[in-house]
Amino acid sequence: MKGHLIFSDGTIIEGASFGAETSIAGEIAFSTSMMGYPESLTDPSYKGQILTLSYPIVGSYGVPKRETWESGKIQVSGLIVSQYIDTPSHFQSSMSLSQWLKSEHIPALEISDTRFIVKKIRDEGATLVKIEFGEKIDFIDPNKENLVAQVSTQKIETIGKGKKKVVLIDCGVKDNIVRELVKRNVTIIRVPWDCDFIEEGIQCDGVLVSNGPGDPKMADKTIEIVKKILALKIPLFGICLGNQILALASGGDTYKLAFGHRGQNQPCSLVGSKTCYITTQNHGFAIGKIPPGFKPWFINCNDGTNEGIIHKTLPFMSVQFHPEAAPGPVDTSWLFDQFISML
Amino acid sequence: MKTKFKKILILGSGALKIGQAGEFDYSGSQAIKVFKEEGIKTVLINPNIATIQTSKELADTVYFLPVTLEFVTQVIKKERPDGLVLSFGGQTALNCGMELFKKKILQEYNVEVLGTPVSAIILTEDRKKFAHHLQSIHVSTPASFAVRTVEEGQKRAQEIGYPVMIRAGFSLGGQKSGVAFTEKEYKEIASDALAFSPQILVEKYLHHFKEIEYEVVRDQYDNCVTVCNMENMDPLGIHTGESIVVAPSQTLTNYEYHELRRLSIQIVRSLGIVGECNVQFALNPHPKKNSFEYYVIEVNARLSRSSALASKATGYPLAYVGAKLILGYALNEIQNQVTKTTQSYFEPALDYIVVKIPRWDMDKFKGTTEKIGSAMKSVGEVMAIGRNFEEAIQKGIRMLDIGVSGVTDTSKTPAELNIKTHIKQANSKRIFFLIKALQQGVSVHSLYKLCGIDPWFLDRLKVLVDEENMLIKNKTLDKQSIGSLKKIGFSDKRIGEIVGKSELEIRVLRKSFGVIPSIFQIDTLAGEVPAKTNYLYMTYGGSHNDVVPLGKKGILVLGSGPYRIGSSVEFDWTCVNSSLALKKYNKQSIIVNCNPETVSTDYDMSDRLYFEELSFERVADIYEFEGSESVILSVGGQTPNNIAQKVHAYNIPILGTSAEDIDRAEDRNKFSQLLDSLDIKQPQWNSFEDMKSALSFAQTVGYPVLIRPSYVLSGAAMNLCYNEQDLKHFIQKATDINKKHPVMISKFISNAREVEFDGIAQKGEVKVHVIANHIEHAGVHSGDATIVYPAERVRYHSGARMIEIASQLAKALHITGPFNIQFMVKDNIVYVIEMNLRSSRTFPFVSKVTGVNFAEVLVDSFFGKAKTYTIPYPKFVAVKAPQFSFSRMESADPVLRVEMSSTGEVACFGDTAEEAYLKSIISTGFSLREKTALITVGGEENKLRFAESVWRLKNLGFKLFATQNTHLFLKSKGVKTTRVAKVYEKKNPNVVDLIKSHKVSLVINLSEDYQNGSLYKKEGTDGYLIRRATIDNNIPLITDLNAARLFVKAIDKYELEDLQIKSWNEYL
Repeated sequence: MKGHLIFSDGTIIEGASFGAETSIAGEIAFSTSMMGYPESLTDPSYKGQILTLSYPIVGSYGVPKRETWESGKIQVSGLIVSQYIDTPSHFQSSMSLSQWLKSEHIPALEISDTRFIVKKIRDEGATLVKIEFGEKIDFIDPNKENLVAQVSTQKIETIGKGKKKVVLIDCGVKDNIVRELVKRNVTIIRVPWDCDFIEEGIQCDGVLVSNGPGDPKMADKTIEIVKKILALKIPLFGICLGNQILALASGGDTYKLAFGHRGQNQPCSLVGSKTCYITTQNHGFAIGKIPPGFKPWFINCNDGTNEGIIHKTLPFMSVQFHPEAAPGPVDTSWLFDQFISML
Repeated sequence: MKTKFKKILILGSGALKIGQAGEFDYSGSQAIKVFKEEGIKTVLINPNIATIQTSKELADTVYFLPVTLEFVTQVIKKERPDGLVLSFGGQTALNCGMELFKKKILQEYNVEVLGTPVSAIILTEDRKKFAHHLQSIHVSTPASFAVRTVEEGQKRAQEIGYPVMIRAGFSLGGQKSGVAFTEKEYKEIASDALAFSPQILVEKYLHHFKEIEYEVVRDQYDNCVTVCNMENMDPLGIHTGESIVVAPSQTLTNYEYHELRRLSIQIVRSLGIVGECNVQFALNPHPKKNSFEYYVIEVNARLSRSSALASKATGYPLAYVGAKLILGYALNEIQNQVTKTTQSYFEPALDYIVVKIPRWDMDKFKGTTEKIGSAMKSVGEVMAIGRNFEEAIQKGIRMLDIGVSGVTDTSKTPAELNIKTHIKQANSKRIFFLIKALQQGVSVHSLYKLCGIDPWFLDRLKVLVDEENMLIKNKTLDKQSIGSLKKIGFSDKRIGEIVGKSELEIRVLRKSFGVIPSIFQIDTLAGEVPAKTNYLYMTYGGSHNDVVPLGKKGILVLGSGPYRIGSSVEFDWTCVNSSLALKKYNKQSIIVNCNPETVSTDYDMSDRLYFEELSFERVADIYEFEGSESVILSVGGQTPNNIAQKVHAYNIPILGTSAEDIDRAEDRNKFSQLLDSLDIKQPQWNSFEDMKSALSFAQTVGYPVLIRPSYVLSGAAMNLCYNEQDLKHFIQKATDINKKHPVMISKFISNAREVEFDGIAQKGEVKVHVIANHIEHAGVHSGDATIVYPAERVRYHSGARMIEIASQLAKALHITGPFNIQFMVKDNIVYVIEMNLRSSRTFPFVSKVTGVNFAEVLVDSFFGKAKTYTIPYPKFVAVKAPQFSFSRMESADPVLRVEMSSTGEVACFGDTAEEAYLKSIISTGFSLREKTALITVGGEENKLRFAESVWRLKNLGFKLFATQNTHLFLKSKGVKTTRVAKVYEKKNPNVVDLIKSHKVSLVINLSEDYQNGSLYKKEGTDGYLIRRATIDNNIPLITDLNAARLFVKAIDKYELEDLQIKSWNEYL
């Protein structure tokens, strides 16, 4: 069956469907990752977005079991690829990508010129799109919704049995952040994005503010909680959205990048050294004004934008990239070690 | 400036051979550019005169000398460099560097090796120590034992359990290695390998594991990136140089990809590598309990063939960056040469797939098997880029230039009864056998069981077979169906073949539907940021173009395609130099080529680079998109020349000589008439459509005769026939003989001198020419011949006649541009053998020995601006010698004949031909261990003509061995030799035993002409057994009388120390 990808500027591109034939609206995004589509699709940061993969051949190794996903379900609203492979080949594959998408009611289109879409997003910014199968639907701006609230956990949950306790503020956390912490033998108390755990009397040795979808300013409640944490000088580590929240909570500011960073090949250098790391990224906003008391920690080698901040004297730090990788290179997993050492 | 180094010595890789090809011209050239940029003086040693790195514009000082311990030491003594670079000259440079290090030469002259420390190189080259090192950092390696004897290894093999893998230490391209399933096989392979290397490895054989490679770069601040990963389509057991390879990997999950990436980086860090390194893994496709089972198979601590591929596949200039790194730069201090807006610390993101396919030329080696395995046999490769695997592999198969119109075209595949055998045993045509099996309905699963190629790839091939079957069934071509066929790589020609239309008809039809390819950039970042790159490919997986046409200023320059026997780096030199020369005329060059080993496909050699097919369809696509002025077909060898008529018929202007005139030179009938009309002599010849008239012609002119098919199919060979039986045999072999495809038979003139004439004409007037003579008599292919400049052996009268003939032909054919004539002289009569209206293999040689850049002059001639050159007689002699790779071609007969079999060439200078010749053959690997030689001479005339040389050998103190007849003959001339039994005498030790036990350091085996020339019924004769044993035991072999005589004269005149260490500048 054919479906159409319709941009808010009127551009219409036809494609062959290989997912659920459900019309849907959202914001278009892209990733230049060449592998790791199961991880990307289940990344809550993509909530509300229709993801275009610039690597043209997708589906090749099928869909592995739940253990390697980044959350319990597909989070993207829709998927666009150049060529879909319906004959997956991998010992871990439990179903084809198409079967998975259909079972989770996610539409997907094969549109051969995905490079055109990538360049369009790059030049014009993320815009509203919809995938239609015959019926007409309206554009929806997911950024007007509180996406963090939609993907965050609803309940407080304890994971692991380590001595040290870490509160994980779940703004749409990727499972691999949890796995990285569990690996380091800590007890994780996973709380909803708006849970004032201090008020609730939860004691901890440190706080990790997770990644998540959308505009950081929508996570106003999280920002307020982080302000309290900072005041109490509890060690804090922010990742991606968590990085922006830390900046906003401590008097810094964020701005929209001319060209967002979307892939597994983003180079960052550690400020004040010659050391560089390859990182996974997926963001269109960056920290502009460094908050008082903080200094730049990482910067992007390509465009010089800020990729992380660290407090000059107190145990607060955050990075814009994804040290938990999945998908992507594991160069910066040492950041978890550093966080644990601060507890 | 970043570095303390003032003068750097760079070791090149020497002649192209199997396992070490053009990729090192690319990497060395990039390195020299970087050093120059940094203001460092550069000295290059490389005897490969056809390379671009040995150009005036690159290194400050060039030595055309062997890359061996002795010569390099002398150069170091003379030049006193403070730095030495080993990583850009392949295994040759690395081996030489290790010797220099071990002999403490570097210490003595205070020379520092840049980049990766020599100790790390030595570690990676010693398999046992290296395996130990990897274990110490908790990296898995397959169970492996280094042994020095066959017996010791046998015990180990039993321990590991068959099948086992056997490899020779210190070798390139997996030479002398193989998989043994039985003890008997083990013994054969192991004793072979031990003949070449003091140490072999017996390893666990990982049956049908995936083979995955990573290209890693590291700077001195410990920053690492993996530029590219690659997945071999063929499973482990097939050398990566013999495999079809894709980039990036297709069947790896995120976890597998990044675990292997992490391990690669860990290994590279542990070795302290600065620069480039390649890590190869085996990965179990079906591990127990969902685990992750991998082994490290190999690590190359230098630029390699894979790095050249990775560089071209991603657009990341590995060699350029590698050179900057060894000077001390950090990765993020080096600008990204492709985007110009980012830097070099990043990992390229691809939005396309790359497929590399090896090019084999096994049919050129009579007697060799088509099997492929863990040793390298391919002579070149192509790289195809597409938006899906189907598109890329179809392009790649066509790029091989083997006469097929796509993957599904099995017309050139032997009609074997048992397809499955040819799928199970990997061979050079396996992909076509897979297609055949799929066409017959064999399932992907059962094919996987047979060959171990991941079902993912087999399923892609099945798509192609299924789609073609659909077309065969309904034959309808509308916008939709043509569009989807083009998307998966079907050519116009193939579609036409199926529906019964011509290529051109399909082209017109699809264009009427608006089905045309898109032009995409290779931008290293998958479109994430705008890039200013000129590196392009075409695809039907697009709906927009990334660039706008250059218009009339653009000129297409067609490259040579894959390297193969007969077409190699020399054409790339001409292509690159012509492309650069266009600037002078305010034109923009658009290079089209598909060979990742070339310099012409570097990002800075043209205004635009299309990494594309050299087919008519694609050239016409590019021409139409770009709106170019014209196209140059005459600088890339025969491949681009082959489409001249089609290009012309399609009204694309060709620069230089017109297509009609090209045809008049290439069509033998027309050319022969032209020669007759000008009163120019040629050997008698005719073309024949039946056996009877052919035999009667041969009878009339007298044997020997030379036979060749007029319609030259790939691998269709020329052959010499000495009698009726021979002729019948070869006519029968040319199954295609009929009215449409007659065979040509010409009188062969024995003992004639062959002469190369290279020239450039403008509007029919010769502007520059060079004459050089062959050492070997006519009958040895010019590509295999030893060539001497100046033509000392051509008398004044003959030379004058050649110039006269060339002028007449240039005028008659209205030549503008390059041409080459092969002359033959017998009894002072000059004959024309062949003429080509394109630049020849000898263009870089003649340009470098005369100082006149022929590529520039030919471009001048296109614009009517060529000057007339008179080249003074030189004060030196230069000799170009062929490089053979017979040792890689199991059971091939290592003898010179009318068909070319050399894979590369070198050229050196000297005061005399003897000096230059000695330097040249040493450059090709010739070394005399001791003064011992075996001499077997067939035929009375040969014996008489060689007698004097044997005397000289005797006087030089050689201990000589000879077989019966030669022994008796020499005895009658007063030369004492030790008689050795021939094999058929069934006595021990026989001549082969003598060779195997290395009791001789040189074998001179001169067969009678008919034995040499005639090809069939060869195996099993004594001559063959002697030659083969010589090659297999790595002993120098001379099989040509004239070459042997020159050799003896040379060693009579010169000791190694007498050979002068003079740079190119000092000679010219």
